[in-house]
Amino acid sequence: MSKIIASAAIRGAYKIIGNAEKKWQEAMDKWGAKEPVGFPNTAYYLPVIYGILGAKVEKLGDMEPVLKRCKALLPPPVREKYPLPYLAPALDAGMATFFAGELIEAIRYLEQPDFYTKTEDPIGDNIWLGAADDVILRKRGVEFVDGTAPGFAAVLGAAPTSEIAASIAQELQQKNLYVFMCAEYNGKRFSEQLVEAGVQVGWSTRLVSFGPDISAAIFAAGFATRAALTFGGVEPGDYRKVLIYNKDRIFAFGIPLGYVTDEWYANALGCVNYGFPVIADTPIPEILPTGVCTYEHVVSNVPHDKIVSRAVEVRGLKVAVAEVPVPVAYGPAFEGERVRGEDIYLECGGGRTPMVEWVTTKRMDEIEDGKVEIIGPDTADITAGSRLPMAITVEVAGREMQDDFEPILERQIHHLLNYAQGLMHIGQRDIAWIRLAKQAVDKGFTLHHIGDILHAKLHQDFGGIFDKVQVRIYTEEDKVKEIEEKARAVYKTRDTRIEGMTDEGVETYYSCTLCQSFAPGHVCTISPERTGLCGSYNWMDCKASFEINPTGPNQPVEKGECLDPKLGQWKGVNEFIYKASRQKIDHYNFYSIVYDPMTTCGCCECIAAILPMCNGIMTVNREYTGETPCGMKFTTLAGTIGGGLSTPGFIGHSKYNVCQRKFISGDGGFERLVWMPKSLKEEIADRIKARAEEIGIPGLPDMIADETIGVTEEEILPFLEEKGHPALKMDPLLG
Amino acid sequence: MAEEKETKSIDQASIELIEKAAKDGVNTVFDRADAMKPCPIGSVGSCCKNCSMGPCRVPLPKGREETPEDKQKRRGVCGATAETIAARNFIRMVAGGAAAHSDHGRGVAELFLAVAKGKAPGYEIKDEQKLMQVALDWGIEIGDRSNNEIAVDIGEKALAEFGRQEGELITLRKAPLKRQELWRQQGVSPRGIDREIVEIMHRTHIGVDQDYKNLLKQGVRAAIGDGWGGSMIATELQDILFGTPAPVLGKANLGVLEKDKVNIIIHGHEPLLSEMIVAVAQEPEMIELAKSKGAKGINLSGMCCTANEILMRHGVAIAGNFLQQELAIVTGAVDAMVVDVQCIMQSIQTVAECYHTKIITTSPKAKIPGAVHIEFDEHDALKSAREIVKTAIENFPNRKGGVYIPGEPVNQIAGFSHETINYLLGGLFRASYRPLNDNIINGRIRGVAGVVGCNNARVKHNEGHVNMVKELIKNDVLVLTTGCNAIACAEAGLLVPEAAREFAGKGLAEVCETVGIPPVLHLGSCVDNSRILIAATAVVKDGGLGDDISELPVAGAAPEWMSEKAISIGQYFVASGVYTVFGVTWPTTGSKEVTDFLFKEMEEMYGGMWDFEPDPIRAAHLMIAHIDKKRKALGIDKARERVLYDMEMRRELDAV
Repeated sequence: MSKIIASAAIRGAYKIIGNAEKKWQEAMDKWGAKEPVGFPNTAYYLPVIYGILGAKVEKLGDMEPVLKRCKALLPPPVREKYPLPYLAPALDAGMATFFAGELIEAIRYLEQPDFYTKTEDPIGDNIWLGAADDVILRKRGVEFVDGTAPGFAAVLGAAPTSEIAASIAQELQQKNLYVFMCAEYNGKRFSEQLVEAGVQVGWSTRLVSFGPDISAAIFAAGFATRAALTFGGVEPGDYRKVLIYNKDRIFAFGIPLGYVTDEWYANALGCVNYGFPVIADTPIPEILPTGVCTYEHVVSNVPHDKIVSRAVEVRGLKVAVAEVPVPVAYGPAFEGERVRGEDIYLECGGGRTPMVEWVTTKRMDEIEDGKVEIIGPDTADITAGSRLPMAITVEVAGREMQDDFEPILERQIHHLLNYAQGLMHIGQRDIAWIRLAKQAVDKGFTLHHIGDILHAKLHQDFGGIFDKVQVRIYTEEDKVKEIEEKARAVYKTRDTRIEGMTDEGVETYYSCTLCQSFAPGHVCTISPERTGLCGSYNWMDCKASFEINPTGPNQPVEKGECLDPKLGQWKGVNEFIYKASRQKIDHYNFYSIVYDPMTTCGCCECIAAILPMCNGIMTVNREYTGETPCGMKFTTLAGTIGGGLSTPGFIGHSKYNVCQRKFISGDGGFERLVWMPKSLKEEIADRIKARAEEIGIPGLPDMIADETIGVTEEEILPFLEEKGHPALKMDPLLG
Repeated sequence: MAEEKETKSIDQASIELIEKAAKDGVNTVFDRADAMKPCPIGSVGSCCKNCSMGPCRVPLPKGREETPEDKQKRRGVCGATAETIAARNFIRMVAGGAAAHSDHGRGVAELFLAVAKGKAPGYEIKDEQKLMQVALDWGIEIGDRSNNEIAVDIGEKALAEFGRQEGELITLRKAPLKRQELWRQQGVSPRGIDREIVEIMHRTHIGVDQDYKNLLKQGVRAAIGDGWGGSMIATELQDILFGTPAPVLGKANLGVLEKDKVNIIIHGHEPLLSEMIVAVAQEPEMIELAKSKGAKGINLSGMCCTANEILMRHGVAIAGNFLQQELAIVTGAVDAMVVDVQCIMQSIQTVAECYHTKIITTSPKAKIPGAVHIEFDEHDALKSAREIVKTAIENFPNRKGGVYIPGEPVNQIAGFSHETINYLLGGLFRASYRPLNDNIINGRIRGVAGVVGCNNARVKHNEGHVNMVKELIKNDVLVLTTGCNAIACAEAGLLVPEAAREFAGKGLAEVCETVGIPPVLHLGSCVDNSRILIAATAVVKDGGLGDDISELPVAGAAPEWMSEKAISIGQYFVASGVYTVFGVTWPTTGSKEVTDFLFKEMEEMYGGMWDFEPDPIRAAHLMIAHIDKKRKALGIDKARERVLYDMEMRRELDAV
């Protein structure tokens, strides 16, 4: 009975818009029209209003036309008998509800600046995080792009008990989904129920406690809208594309738990505009015919133990759930979970004890597949709060296995172990660090399970390149030291080999279209000296990925005839990108920021921009939220160049790429770098130093300005002059 | 005797008024139909009266198969065969119908141009969005020009289409690309709206085109010039001038007449004048005048397609369809019946003379002896309209006794257009035909039928219409309706959302409930059949159901047809790729070859073909069978598995 839903949604929209108008009027009286408003650290203003209507709300006064639009969208109530068609008006009312909800939340930021934590994770007792800022959006966006997070569930209200809430949340986590939570039912809220059940909430665990009220539902819609603008390259105001992008690519849905109020219905209809269906635990009317959503629009009365699987099916989502034989929950959602203080059962590495991880290749007959050996004490042999040294060796064998794949497999250890609930993993190689929680040990987790995880997951994800794998875990100091020594020698050899690889030395580059699920026009081409701009993929990774999945997103690209050795352009590459970008881009240069630079999906680690006055370039990493000398923050930059565009003067790149030899070599290379955030400079200090020495300007690291020197060209230029930065004497950057 | 009278209509109010007419000694269409049977030779297309050597009659032998000798003898004096004669007669009907629609379109275009030039006070451009759309469609520069400047170009271009001599009509571009190409291949893309009609008259003159296939081909060409030309221009320009219809609640049936008010019925086809009458009837001076004559106010209602036009845009009540025009007067409550063109029985004047009703003719093209003639002057439309309304009001005191208004008004939701359907399926932000296509693909909606056309006194009033439509919706076929069929459906209570639950199959009912629409959508008047073509094209363009109209699971019908316009409409439906079945009688049965060509060979040429089935239920099942055939060809005849998307499949998706 969609009529009941439409009637309720339209009533709800009236209430919400009335409320927004009242709050706006009060705020206007108190602050005046010129008072700035907005969500923290975002280049997308109030994102739903910006994305759908193209309107920038920057000041209280800017809200007036939006409110007018809301009222114009409000349809008359649905007549009981002989109603006029109501679906479309109700959908319009849903959008108007979103606009109004966004205004209400923006006014809350103004009236109660500390209501939300504005962080990724709760601060103290305040679990309400508020809108995701652009740093979170991009960081998490990468997961949407690469498929580790296929979508999100917007959970409204509360489950009957905390236990049920925790189990629904865990099931959503295990399906790799983000959980966006808001609103209250019967005096309870889903987020609070999770905290009560001892579940860690926050972006790190994908259990995002947006806010206590229904109006916080807008933060989910805002996230979705920004995904279309950021990764889909959709222009603000092109509402149809924003919404269709979400219907096709963001696999989100709403789960209202408890009594569905008129206001909830209004928000639900807003969701339907995005193609997000609603799956309720109460016997509300259903809307089953398809069309606006891919499948059903509203499905109701679903039992709690079925609600997640039903929701996933209604949304048309295929989730590959990792089958890993461990007694704890397992999935990417648990990657960000921390193990702290009194929860620690066992800690290894992290500077407290030696720890090392090493993947090495053996002959087939040397390996017994699936064998896991613990050499030294296991969890049962120690008491809670213990520390142990640890060495994890992963021995693989197979006809397709190459030495080059060892570091790729080794890098997997970090997230594969982190995916286990109650197991925290940081770092890699000989700086690895793990913590195992008491809760995991209580459930029966032992060190043996570390081996089981690696065996199962490496086979699952990399079965194409090896046939057998066995794992040894050492927890005796002398053995650990022995492994560490062997491993260090291997690390050194590997690094030298990788460092030595050049673009000229190979005939084949690799494409990466992993992001095309989100940025359909974008295609990366990865060469040995230009690693993927997201920081996730280098040439070797792509090569391995291709071996594993020959029809996958990483395809070999014969670079063919070199059209421009200086700027880095090849005929074969051009032909490939023309096809793979769906005829959107017909060429780009690998080594230039000035002339037809490579495109970006928007999830790059850093963005470089030219600074004409300084005759150089700057680069900024996405974690840095401040102003930069090019006049734009990272997020504005990303918004400008993302979505698969080639934008002269700007280029997306990885952190690693900064010190690679071909980094903007067509425009003068590394010597052009005049500004970068201090944190980035520190993060890659060793490599900067090495690269500076290599080009014969050992003092260069100290000549590169950062935000402590200034955030405008005028501010940094005197510093560069004083330090004698080489860029100032180079040929003009803009020929 | 009483029982026989009941068989004249399925509408109770009409039955009562037929009885009243008999009592009052008034002769109606129903009596005349009884008194005079159709000519058996003319009705099958076997009579040629195109020269004075004839009329020549070439009927099939009675009660036996035709022998080759018989066939040899079946020729006119000039030697024209039965095939030639049947085809000539058939395409002359097309010419008549296409001329009627297109001349209506021309009238609209002339007014449109006058409005754009500021020479028609009282009118204005109401739908700016549609103005821009048409400008874009026709390649007219928008820039920063004013609405009127753009409209002048549109008006001139529209008028030029009627007299165009070569190339093809600009409006054909609205058709699916594949269809346009097919028309070119078949050589039936009209060069100009008028030219094709004139060429029919030439080619059917004695001693010109004597190849029935070649004659029928010209019929196709002229009919396309109607549906995709003259009618489409009429609809598009009327929407710009008077507003694109949006869903509206209205009432239907003779019961909409009100005893205490001045009843004005606007009857005919063109909305140009009626729009003004609607405006004038609301003027306080007019209402005052009515009160001064003892009436409680002015009650406007419509009849036939004028009714549909003003219902769609203003919610004005519909008094009835073609066969109810005399009956309305029989109530004794109609103070004036204002008529323009098409489907107006001359006998309304005779009937009116038995009561007090004034028949007011308004078009210089259509006069009736004895009627009052107040000519519609587009340059001073309000003046004409005021004079008409005043004449009606002043006639109120002349009412005679015995006023009888039977029946309760029935509610209806009308006002569906291509544009509103697009909106209704997804709202402002997600407007599209996707939900319709999706639900056709998933089988909730089995197919779509356009059921249109006239009333015919040879069959029970409205019975064929209502029975066919009920049978279709019961089988989950969504019905789009126009013209007298729409009015029949309204009177039967099929045009309200509640009808879905009562009459529609489960799947269709579910979709109707979701969107909040009736199972039968009222798209307007008979020129608005062009809306059905545009809607069908929109379905094609939204994808998933083939790339031409002929691949869609759709069908057309005119179960109670009688006019030449119906033949023209049917022919352009067929030429657009739609299976089209007519009821009552078929005008080419005198020639098996011509009939076979229309019913079978046209399918190979156009993907759509004619059919004839007088039983409305059987006809509905022929349509359903065709729909099922198309579903099978599309591979949507069986349930499909739900597709779950993983990341790889999302990467394969095209950018929006």
